[in-house]
Amino acid sequence: MTEALPVLLVFVPFLAGLGQFVLGRAAPWCQQFVSGLNLILVLLLSSAVVHGDPVIADLGGWGEPLAIHLQADGLAALMLLLTAVLAVAVSLYAIPAFRDEPRPAWRFWTLWPLLLASLNALFLSRDLFNLYVTLELVTLGAIPLVLLAGPNKTVDAALRYLLFALLGSLVYLAGVALIYAQAGTLDLALLPAALPEGTLSGPLAAALIITGVLIKGAILPFHIWLPAAHGNAPAAVSAILSALVVKAAIYLLLRLWTGPLEPLVSNDAGQLLGALGATAILFGSWQAFRQSRLKLVVAYSTVAQLGYMLLFFPMAVTAAWQGAVYHGLAHGIAKAALFLAAGNILYYLGQDRLEALRGIDRPLAVSLLAFGLAGVSIMGLPPSGGFTAKWLLLSASLQTGQWWWTTVLIAGGLLAAGYIFRVLRLAFLQADDATAPHHGPVPGPLMAWTATALALLALALGLISAPLLDLLGEMPGGTS
Amino acid sequence: MTGFDPFALAAAGLIAFGLYGFCVCGHPLRRLLAINLVGNGVFLALILIARRLPDGPDPVPHAMVLTGIVIAVSATAFGLALIRRQARPEDGGND
Repeated sequence: MTEALPVLLVFVPFLAGLGQFVLGRAAPWCQQFVSGLNLILVLLLSSAVVHGDPVIADLGGWGEPLAIHLQADGLAALMLLLTAVLAVAVSLYAIPAFRDEPRPAWRFWTLWPLLLASLNALFLSRDLFNLYVTLELVTLGAIPLVLLAGPNKTVDAALRYLLFALLGSLVYLAGVALIYAQAGTLDLALLPAALPEGTLSGPLAAALIITGVLIKGAILPFHIWLPAAHGNAPAAVSAILSALVVKAAIYLLLRLWTGPLEPLVSNDAGQLLGALGATAILFGSWQAFRQSRLKLVVAYSTVAQLGYMLLFFPMAVTAAWQGAVYHGLAHGIAKAALFLAAGNILYYLGQDRLEALRGIDRPLAVSLLAFGLAGVSIMGLPPSGGFTAKWLLLSASLQTGQWWWTTVLIAGGLLAAGYIFRVLRLAFLQADDATAPHHGPVPGPLMAWTATALALLALALGLISAPLLDLLGEMPGGTS
Repeated sequence: MTGFDPFALAAAGLIAFGLYGFCVCGHPLRRLLAINLVGNGVFLALILIARRLPDGPDPVPHAMVLTGIVIAVSATAFGLALIRRQARPEDGGND
């Protein structure tokens, strides 16, 4: 029975998306059903993973080394869990958010289950070429969603995103080709043993794969497409993109680094990735602090927060492994809450320039509560999920004697506090004119409370970390 | 592995030209074409890798190239549609 779960996780949302396409009109209830079912399947799968070995589905029954396997281990289960929880919240949020716009609404309800299926497939894939295909599916599902913001607003951003994503995946594919030439297999589990030692093309292949994934994941210096795309998409889409789509690339990096690439990479490469991550944290936070539009603040914050996950690579101990993955979870939930709250503000004001935020504390109290609570996790204050993740990373940096990452962690937290409080300060300032002009109605309870529920969950992640870290387990192949 | 192989040179050349084009060209259409050059270079390299077995070609890289071509065609089509939308914003919602 459990072997069927990974297969269902890919095919249920995929068929639902195709069904919406054939149906030709928006049917939001269908997606609620799919995201609910998806969550139940993921919970069943997680409970199977936590009680024993990884769940493996052997598609078509071909056997090694030709087979296509879907595999769920602790890391995959956690990412699936994050995706499923966000899928439920974002699908609920999107009902009122897209209600008044029939054309974009239909496209959203078609593309979103397809993207969900692609993400599930990416987390479950176990060979390098399948990962390439699912990476492309995620890209081709995500970019049309950016275009839903309205006629011609986001075409430039979407085009730039597409070009970078295509280049990234081809660089990745070139690396995969070199790996196959040496090892003769693509299976992640068989690769470490099959790779010959001491050749030049092994590290070259690893470098190509890592570079390709970095381009896909919008890691500095390849971040330039991200703020425009994430900052201008509709709020529900921004939440998906920032919380899940770029995270999928980093997930791939973690998975490959500790698996097939492990014999090929060196400590220096890890330090280089860590330095990229540290630069991303400082640069992204600083840029977030300087933006004049709310959604761009949140988008640059994503550039910064992705950097924390890269701090795993120079340290590579179990504490860093748990910290990086937990940071992925906490950031995913908190960032989705931030984007949904920012979307509510945009919905009410009709614009999101920071000066316009004065005096919105009365009508948008619940959304601001969500923004503030999610901000607590982004800053890494206790008792949030962000705090637990940073604590783990901090103890890893002390454990390995690499104190310089500690300073980056602290500086990043302070800068994050800066840009979050800058927004909140403006929101609580007295408006010059009590009846300030606004564009739309006050967002309904569904829009306000999904954001708040996610923000509360981001806080709760600080309190329920033990079972989740148990599910993740030790760093694969690691010693301590 | 026997000395000089013109196909390997061609694959390397395609990838190099494509990467160069992506970096220096500003227009999105040229960049999309550059990406296609890189793609063809990578596919050619995969076909070369398939030849390395002594008893006939290895089918796995061929399957990878076929899948890769399907992805490249659909992504290119999507990119072209976006470029057209960018060039003629007035007929935005009609394609």
